[in-house]
Parts: sequence; C-alpha cells; structure tokens
Amino acid sequence: MENTPAQTAIQAVGLRKSYGDTVVLDGIDLEVARGTIFALLGPNGAGKTTTVQILSTLIGADGGDVRVAGRDPAADPDGVRRAIGVTGQYSAVDDLLTGRENLILMADLYRLGRAEGRRVADALLERFGLAEAARRTAATYSGGMRRRLDLAMTLVGGPRIIFLDEPTTGLDPRSRRTMWDIIRGLAADGVTIFLTTQYLEEADRLADRIAVLDRGRLVAEGTADELKRLVPGGHVLLRFAGPDALDAAARALGDAVRDDAELTLQVPSDGGVRSLRALLARLEEVAVEPEGLSVHLPDLDDVFLALTGRPDDAKAAVR
Amino acid sequence: MTATPHVLTDSATMLRRNLRHALRYPSMTVVSIGMPVLLLLLFVGVFGGALGEGVGATAREGGYIDYIAPGIILMAVTSGCLSVSVAVSVDMTAGITARFRTMPIARSAILTGHVAGTMIQTVASTLLVVLVAVAMGFRPHAGPLDWLLVSALLLALVFALTWLAVGLGLVAKNPEGASNSPLLIQFLPFLGSAIVPTGTMPDGVRWFAEYQPFTPITETVRGLLTGTPIGHDGWTSAAWCTVIALAGYLWSRWLFDRDPSR
Repeated sequence: MENTPAQTAIQAVGLRKSYGDTVVLDGIDLEVARGTIFALLGPNGAGKTTTVQILSTLIGADGGDVRVAGRDPAADPDGVRRAIGVTGQYSAVDDLLTGRENLILMADLYRLGRAEGRRVADALLERFGLAEAARRTAATYSGGMRRRLDLAMTLVGGPRIIFLDEPTTGLDPRSRRTMWDIIRGLAADGVTIFLTTQYLEEADRLADRIAVLDRGRLVAEGTADELKRLVPGGHVLLRFAGPDALDAAARALGDAVRDDAELTLQVPSDGGVRSLRALLARLEEVAVEPEGLSVHLPDLDDVFLALTGRPDDAKAAVR
Repeated sequence: MTATPHVLTDSATMLRRNLRHALRYPSMTVVSIGMPVLLLLLFVGVFGGALGEGVGATAREGGYIDYIAPGIILMAVTSGCLSVSVAVSVDMTAGITARFRTMPIARSAILTGHVAGTMIQTVASTLLVVLVAVAMGFRPHAGPLDWLLVSALLLALVFALTWLAVGLGLVAKNPEGASNSPLLIQFLPFLGSAIVPTGTMPDGVRWFAEYQPFTPITETVRGLLTGTPIGHDGWTSAAWCTVIALAGYLWSRWLFDRDPSR
C-alpha cells in the first residue's frame, strides 16, 4: 500500500539511535497514515520511548530519514512541534498549579489569547471530567486524573498528530477504559495517533496498525489480525450435525483433532480467507456441510512470544 | 537554536508560572528572605559585642552593624541560588520540561523565566534585609550615585549567581542533589570579609578569602555604603560578575541544549 506524502502523517526510514555502545534503534522503518491509530508494541527497553522522543523532536536520531507532518524534525523542529502533541510516559503536569492553571499555561504558550485560552481550558476540563477538580492543584489528583489532565494539556494547541507514550501504564482498569474511549474519540475527529504500549490487549483494541518492536528492531508490522495469523496455534473449529458427517469430514481432512462427544473437528489453520475457502472446498468434494464454523486465532501474547522467542515480561526489569 | 519572535511573550508566561509557584508555596521564599535577617540579628545582637571589638579599627562611629550590614546584604543576594537550583531540577526531572521542549515555543524562555523570577524574589529579599539593617541601626552615608552603583553591582551579582545556580540545578541528578551544591555559593561570603576582615584569618584561609570573588564585592559594597576605601576592588568585582555571569549562562545553555536522554 503506497501512501502519497499528503496521506502520510509519520514516516521513518532506517531510523537509528545509539547511546555509546548500546544500540537502541537499529534501523526501523515506520509509516503511519493520516487519521489512523498506530501502535508501537514492545516490552520495556525495546526502544519505544526513544522512537517517540525522536519523532517528537525531543532528541536527535543518529541516522535515517524522518518526516512528521511532512517536515524533518532535525531541520525544522518548530514546524513539527506546531503539528504535534506529546503525552509522555511520565506525566508532564505542573504539580504546583491547579488543573485549570496548567491548561491556561499551555494556552498562553500557544498564544491563544486570554479569552480564547480560558474558553479552551474550560471546555477541556469539562470534556475530560476534570471540571470539579479544576481549582485543585495537580499534586492532589489521582493517577487517572493526572493522565487525563496531561492529555488535555496536549490537546490545547489543537495538534493533528498525537504521540502517546504508554498512555495507560499504571492505570487501574476503569481509568484505562476511559483513556481508550478518549483516544478513540480523538481518532474519530481525524487526529493521527501514534501510541506505544506494552499491553498487547491495548494495541489490539485501539490500533489500526501495529508494529512490534524488540531490542531496537521491528519484528512484525500489520493489523492485529494479520499479526495473529503469523503464528502457529490458530485453528478452525467445525461442528457437525451427526457422527456420519463427522466421520466423512475427518476422513477428508486427515490432519484434524476429533471430538466425538461435541461432534467437532479442530483443523489447524492460519484463519486466512484462502485457506478457509480451500477447507470448505474439500468438505464440498465429499458432500459434507458443517453445521457451524468458527475461526480461533492466537492473541497477541502468543504473537509476541512467537516473534521474539520469549514471553513479553522477560525483560521487564531492564529499565 | 532557531530564533523565534516569541522569546519575550514566552519568557513572560514562564515568569508568571514561577512567580505563582513562589506565591503558592512561600516556604522556600520565606527561608531565603528570613535567613539573612536571622543572621543579621544573630551577628549584631548576639555576637556583635565580641566581633565589634575585633573589627574595631574598621568599624567607625556606627559600630559593628556598619561593618557587617554590607556582608549580610550579600548573603541576601546569594539566597535565591538554592530555590532556583531546586526549581530547575524539579522541572528537568519531572516531565514538564520534556513537554515544553516538544512545543513550538522559545526554548530559552524556560530558563529565562526561572532567572527572571529568581531575580525578582532576590531583589525583594535584599531590599527587606537593607530595611531591617537600617531599622537595627545601620547608617549608610552613601549618596545617590553610590546607591546606584551598589544597586548595579548587586543586580549584576544576582544575575551571575542565578545563572550559575541554574547550571547547578541542570547538572544535578535530582532535586536533592540540586539543593546541596548552591550551599557552597551561599557559604562563600563567610569565607570572605563579610563578617570579619580577612586580615584576622589564618594564612591559608586568608589567601583563599582575599582571592575569592565575594571579598572584593563585599569591600566594594561596604566602601560605597560606608565610605571605607575601595581601591581596585570595584573593577575586580565588575570583572568577577562578568566572568561568573558569562560562565554560568553558557554552561547552563550548553547543559540545557544537550539531548535530554536518560
């Protein structure tokens, strides 16, 4: 799928970064289409934060060609900064200011003007459920409230591209869901979202496309379903009306796990349309029609394990 | 660094932020103002008798307070170093500086806002110390030109020390670290001629005291306010302020412009 530059929000080719002898990013390629949610998935220490830091002009790359909103972060950082908003891993709110003052500080820095700045601040407080806490200092906020304030501050300047570095790490399940709803809402407004996460479920739920980063290299890229098809363990479950049909199907398909009590056959499959069509064609040849059919794909945890050869928490303590 | 036309507005925004911090959590401000006042009370009210005899030759009709008041004023001038160093370090270690860095604002405004805010607070605390000293019997006989020169010198010193303290805050790994190193700056006046003349000190200490920046600055302020001889100290003071300001500013900017990788 070729995107013209106008449709591409973020593009990186051969992105490299090292700290001393430690290679953090070893030549990664990324392409994020405008208005989509892109998830960079990986364990701690994979290089996710470094990628966000480079794309958001916070640090320089050692090599590679980067375009964010059509501009080069190294040559035209302010051009990139005008188009983006960043919510980092560590919440970037001013603890000594109230929620409202934090937002007005952002409005002043974006030079929205006094009246407009206050209007935007109050609207965001309302939208993020912070109106009641608006006059309390951020130091008194809960983790979920801080994240929401953090994201609200990011939105003050009306960014077209938003970077979210592990937006739900450390949040309780309810706050996480609220955050997901907010992120989906932003994408529905046409904002491009680049998020990093170590939660496979989060990438699965939110992202249009997912790239899996491991030790500074991209090991896979695609939609959640495409990624799941990359790994073995997927199967098609066929259910039959009676033992005769089950017998006929089992003979025709050979390599299948049979369950006589449930009248089912479990056939290994990548779940793709082509292999499903082939499977059904074989059944048609022996004139057996299954009563039911369901596709079972591995979840992203399986994907991660298969791609990197180890569970995703193996390096949890590195950083 | 690309020059942006928004340096002034952005610096003003950052200044408002820092002044709001100072007003909301005044404990740091109170300590930085209160400490020099406390020292003044201690040295004049408690040690004044003994110390006054020791410096008898220097202190003329006004007594010991005329000798020590300029020294205490200099301590007030150093009092902002601690709070600015800690504030800069807090900003750097929390995420807020990373946020500012990814916004289309004048980057220099982040540090300029800290420096301007600290200078305003320090000028206020220095004025207060001068007023308290006068209330306790300090009788400077300085003309308008003398006061102007003292103000200019002290402002230059505040500017220089604040940039130096900003650098100390930037180089510190955490706010705790940033609260230690500025104490060295604040201690320097004691190892000069602020409390007693350097001539009364043991050889090694005296050598240090005579060549460290606070001694000529103390002597210049004392000379301008109370009429003691200044000699070359005026020019030496100006040179020290210039060197410290330049070094502090360049060092801070260099530290701040590094890639913020951790």
